[in-house]
This record gives sequence, structure tokens and C-alpha cells, in this order.
Amino acid sequence: MTKAPNELMLVEAARALRSREITVRELWDACHSAAVAKNPELNAYLEIFNADDAAIDAAQARIEKEGDAAPMLCGIPLAIKDNILIDGKTASAASKMLENYRATYDATVIKKLKDQNALFIGRTNMDEFAMGGSTEHSAFGVTKNPHDTKRTPGGSSGGSAAAVAADTCIAALGTDTGGSIRQPASHCGIVGVKPTYGRVSRNGLIAMGSSLDQAGPMTKSVEDARILLSAISGTDPLDSTTITDATYTNRTVEGKMRIGVPRDLLAEGLDADVRERFDAALEAFRSEGHEVVDVSLPTSRYGLAAYYIVMPAEVSTNLARLDGMRYGHAVRETTLLDDYRASRTEGFGAETKRRILLGTYVLSSGYIDAYYRKAEAARALLRAEYAKAFEGVDLIAVPTVVAPAFVFGAKSDPVAMYLEDVFTVTANLTGAPAISVPMGRVERDGVSLPVGMHFTAPHGAEDRLFTAAAQLEEKGLY
Amino acid sequence: MASADDVKKLAALARITLSEEEIDTFTKEFEGILAYVGQIESLSVTPEVNRAPAVRNVFREDGEPHEKGKYTEKLAAQFPERDGQYLKVKQIISHD
Repeated sequence: MTKAPNELMLVEAARALRSREITVRELWDACHSAAVAKNPELNAYLEIFNADDAAIDAAQARIEKEGDAAPMLCGIPLAIKDNILIDGKTASAASKMLENYRATYDATVIKKLKDQNALFIGRTNMDEFAMGGSTEHSAFGVTKNPHDTKRTPGGSSGGSAAAVAADTCIAALGTDTGGSIRQPASHCGIVGVKPTYGRVSRNGLIAMGSSLDQAGPMTKSVEDARILLSAISGTDPLDSTTITDATYTNRTVEGKMRIGVPRDLLAEGLDADVRERFDAALEAFRSEGHEVVDVSLPTSRYGLAAYYIVMPAEVSTNLARLDGMRYGHAVRETTLLDDYRASRTEGFGAETKRRILLGTYVLSSGYIDAYYRKAEAARALLRAEYAKAFEGVDLIAVPTVVAPAFVFGAKSDPVAMYLEDVFTVTANLTGAPAISVPMGRVERDGVSLPVGMHFTAPHGAEDRLFTAAAQLEEKGLY
Repeated sequence: MASADDVKKLAALARITLSEEEIDTFTKEFEGILAYVGQIESLSVTPEVNRAPAVRNVFREDGEPHEKGKYTEKLAAQFPERDGQYLKVKQIISHD
């Protein structure tokens, strides 16, 4: 074996465990020691867990007993974003507010992973309450991009992306409300999937924007993403918005595909070399006999504005529960109202406060029609526009982000930071599934940095994403 | 646009205390953010498009409650202040 165990992709690690090339313990130790060695520099993990001997032994025993029939994730060490609850472990959402909060139950996604005997390396850093595109809004320090430690890994799932890219785990879970899986995947050169809304249960995720949030895989390969997504998917009585296999009709595509490109959206703001990589990737598809056509999605240019109305509205509502009464950061002053105020003022960071106030603004009686209701209408319009576009094409492609990873502090203006999400938010607004897959590298300050290609498919058509992304992966452009 | 007074009022509604400096910063930033999201005003929306989002809700039958007290200690362990199994908070109704 040429790769160290921690460098293996999920499929390779599962194969190595089954062929007895390595044991679960060896795989765990390799990932764990890589995480311990690299974390002082990267700060990808807020906590690296100690080995759970019972879990390691149980995974090994299951592989011995079931062999190839053992679940694919059996014995596989995963990194988990810090807003996903693991029973008995801290879940802080990288906020002072929940610094000492211990989860009292397993999120449904964690329960499903435990049922497969997966292992957890640690909980990963993120922007506070998943709000941000750089991990600079973590209350516990920034995460650094393993490709260039002067740059951010993206965010909000920046810790998970860096953990995977630095080979400190086999794969990771992130969450995506406006691009928080796909944007850091692009900046760190890995694969990230935002599933169809309802594909993965939100039970046990620390809620940000409930109509937008989805958990999803962050992996070293497209096949890994497919495996991890299938492990965490499914209808859940504890999340009434989860879908069934029958919710959307089977939408696999046989043979050649038609890929739609919204050219008018790419006209401005895109770095020239990112566009070159994107055009080269499209050319690679053409050379395989796929068709690349223009699509018109005029409402998309309102997508980011609609998102930055709907999302803060939901944030201000969801975060109202954090008041220092039953759990979390608690300050005691003279009156009960003072207790609420002091707990929230000390517990929340600047970006969280900014979004709570924005949400309060767009929901206030004088502005709800002009902002919130208009944004919800834009959302319906977007959904209709995408449905129509998908009558003519199988997938829609854009670059995941307009540029590669940026240097720390480069986007101190909130609007500049929000523009990081311009191509990714639409999938959250419409509920459609989307993937970011590495499409090549560009150079900045003498360092080669990854950039990602973004595909959106119709609701329920994740298979199409995996088919197209796997073909791009095979081309070896990255 | 939001004035400094608007920001103060929003903070009061959201139960957050802002320093004078934070009020300044947020007022300035909101100008940029609201100008950006305000683009939405120029989007024309026909009444038939303005419908409820396509999110389905489902209901389940009540039943099979978990065993009483199963989670009490775990949850109570998170309380900032407790009196046995009770959450302790300030008295809010006075008898005077």
C-alpha cells in the first residue's frame, strides 16, 4: 500500500479493512495521530476525541463476522461538524453561547452512522452557528486552509473541509444552509454535497435556517460522497420535512446528458482563470459526447438578496430560544429581562448579532411585505424557473465560487463575504440537490489552489450529480 | 435604511445590548446590506407565483411515550441553576 491509512478514500479504507490489510485500530490510530499532529496549525478540530475502545472493537468484530456484507462505514473514522449532536459530547456550534453544552441525544444522522459502526474522530470548527463563509466567525479561532495556511478554508463547514483535505479523517459531515458544505469543499479541493431538502433528517442539528438547512457529506471522492449520503439519508418521524423515495420520481439519466450553463450569471465578478478552468471542464464534457447548452435563469440574480432576507429571518427566530435559562451561557443580573439580555449579549459573536438584528428588521411589521414576503415570492419564482429549465437540461453547471480561497481578513465587509455564496444559495432556496467537485487549480501568490465545479439537479436527482461529478473526477483536471 | 435609533430598537426587540461603537458599526453595515437585499424590490411578482412554499408537513399519531423521567437528569444537568429536578429562575410575580 502506497498511501498511509489516513490518506485513504472511504472506498479504499473499507476495502483495506475487509481484506485485512489494516485493522480498525490501525486506521483509527493513523487518523487520530494525523489529527493530533496537524491540529495545532490548522485548528480544524475544536475537540479531538479519545479512542472509544468498545466502538473500535465492535467495528472490528463486525467486519470479522460479516465480511463484505458489513456496512461500508463500519470502522471508518469521520469528523463531525460541531453543530451536529453526538450524545454526551459537547456541541457548541463554535459559539461561546454553547461552549459547555453537552448533547443529550444523538442526531438522527449520528444514530445512522453509529448503526453502521462508524467512528468519530472529533468535532470540527465552523463559523458560529454556521454563519459565515470563512470560519473566521468561530468563537474559538480561525481554521486554516491546508493548501495555504494564509488563507481561509471557506465556511461555514471549514473545519470539516480542512480535516478531510489534510487527511486527518476518512470523510466528514458538514451542514449547508447557503453553501456551507460546497464553498469550503471548493476552497479545500474536496467533494461536498448539499442533498435535496428533506433527504437527510435535521433532527439533532443546531438549527440555523430551518427551511434551508441540510447536512451532507464532505469527502475525498465522488463515490465516497455517494456512500456517505446513502448512509445518512432517509425518512425520519422526528423530522416531518424528510422525504420518502416516492416523493420525487426516479430521475436517473441514461447515457449522454444535457448540461445547462446560465451564461448571463457568469458575465461579471468571476476570476478569469476560474472561468478558464470552468470552460475547460465543460469542454471535457463535450468531448465525451455530452451536450452543453445555455439556460436562462433571470430570477437567479435576485437569489442572494432573497437568501439574505429569508435566512436572517429564520436565524432570528431559531436563535431566540438561546436565552440563558435552560442551557448554554447564563448570566444572572437584577431582573429576568436583564438575565436574557446579558446572556445573549455575552454569548453571541458579532456576525450572529448582525444576522439576528437583520432578521428582526425584515420581519418587523413595517418591512415584512417589502422584504420577507417578497423574498418568499422570489423563492417560488426561482423554483418555477428551475423546474422549467430542467425540462430542457439534466443538470445546471456553474463554478462553485467566483474565486479560490481568500486570505484571512480580506472580506471584512459583510456584503463582500455574502457574495461568496452567490452561486450556491439558489439550491437552498429551491431545495434542489447540488454538488461541488474539484475542477482544477489556479495560482495565487505562487501557491496552487483548488477550485470547484458546481452542479445542480432536479429535486431527488442526486444520482445525476454523482454521475456527472464522477466523470469530471476521471478526467483528472484537478 | 436603518438609522441608529432603528438599530437600537431592533437590539431591544432581540434582547441584545449594543455598545455605542457597535451601534455605529451596525448602522453603517446595515446601509450596505439593506441596499444589497433591497434589489428584491425591483423583482416583479405576479399574484399566482406568490404562493405558499412547496414544503409538505406530515402528522403522526400520538402514542408510545418514553418512560417517565428517562431524560430528566440529562436535561437538568444542563440547567444553569436547579433545585432538585426543577429549573430555578428569578421570581417574576411579586406578592407585594
